[in-house]
Amino acid sequence: MLTRVFGWLAVAGLAVGLVMSFGVAPRELTQGNVQRIMYVHVPAAWVAYLAFVVVFAASLVYLATRRPGADRVAHASAETGVVFTGLAIAAGSIWGKPTWGTWWTWDARLTTTAILFVIYLGYLLLRGMVDDHERGARYAAVVGIIGALDIPLVHFSVLWWRTLHQPPSVGRPEASAMDPIILVTLLANVVAFTLLYVYFVGKGVRILRRREEALA
Amino acid sequence: MSAFARRAFIVLWKDFAIERRSKETLNALAFFALLLLFLFQFSLGSDRERLTAALPGLLWLGFVLSGLLALGRSFVIERENDCWEGLLLAPGDKSAIFLGKLGGNLLLMLAVETLILLLFGVFFNVDVGASLGPLALIVLLGTIGFAALGTLFAAMTAHVRARELLFPVLLLPVQVPVLLATVKATEAALTGAPLASVAHWLGLLVAADVVYVVAGLLTFDFILEP
Repeated sequence: MLTRVFGWLAVAGLAVGLVMSFGVAPRELTQGNVQRIMYVHVPAAWVAYLAFVVVFAASLVYLATRRPGADRVAHASAETGVVFTGLAIAAGSIWGKPTWGTWWTWDARLTTTAILFVIYLGYLLLRGMVDDHERGARYAAVVGIIGALDIPLVHFSVLWWRTLHQPPSVGRPEASAMDPIILVTLLANVVAFTLLYVYFVGKGVRILRRREEALA
Repeated sequence: MSAFARRAFIVLWKDFAIERRSKETLNALAFFALLLLFLFQFSLGSDRERLTAALPGLLWLGFVLSGLLALGRSFVIERENDCWEGLLLAPGDKSAIFLGKLGGNLLLMLAVETLILLLFGVFFNVDVGASLGPLALIVLLGTIGFAALGTLFAAMTAHVRARELLFPVLLLPVQVPVLLATVKATEAALTGAPLASVAHWLGLLVAADVVYVVAGLLTFDFILEP
């Protein structure tokens, strides 16, 4: 029931976000319409990080309490996170082609996101390959914790290795160049994507529970 | 010696004794290291300058590939020899087993890495002796990080279908920070730059080692459960 409410909220949010992205927000002067990709790219990246933090927390809870619910939340959140990481990379790539002139470059944040993508793909692969359900949940929780602990290390190593990405434009006092309408549009999309994430995880948890009941 | 340290040491000694008597893994790994060298030479051609530029990366590629083979086997032998139950029944804190296994794997990897370094010195004309001190430190720091998570994931994948596939797929992405740091630091060490110029990379390696070893100690219990 609650999941359904979040689903409809997400639909409404996405509709508002779409209208604002294409109708309300002005065309950016230097980049043109290409800049509108940001309204997908940034929220997707945000949801990806949120999802992996949830995987970390749920994994800790699972190992401490062994509640199957925590395991399902971690599983569903990881699946959603991987999808949104892929979406963020794809959207960034499409934006990068006209802006940087290349689909892919080994820039710091691109690389970090790509590494996260493969870490959590490995996590999902592991879940699929362990026959015993309870054992799979335990192993996945360990990988979920280590993957999250690894994020700062990956971030700094890749940052020192090379950097080209423009610094983030939200939440920095000197980056006041952003039009308030653009900012509001971006935030509306972030909210919409977060609602969508909650809906996906809720739905995923229910499917996982049904599957376990069916197999039990 | 506390009980914990003694338990860890017993596991380490057991692995060492098995390897000393059978020499199974070490022999195969030495041969594999030699083959890797051929492979690098053939795939990059004989252009000496290009080889020199790629050397730090190749060196760590050699360490990683041989390390994957070495670590991947470390818990499979327990299963093949029906010793897994013995590990489960061992009294006390299971993280001592992790520490012992990690020590054994570390010794094995360091032995192979010494061999690879020697081979590089002979075949690729690397002056290993000139920067031995810094190089030894970097190799040690990098190998601890690699072996810590490798030991943990090897214990995990010992029970999984397609473990040869899943082990590298799980381990390699998580090891990216260690790989970047060691390659950059090795590059500096081989060109004779002072270690202070790569202090931030060494700091990252130390941080990674601490995080991985502590995470391994804390989570190993959950992996060894029946």
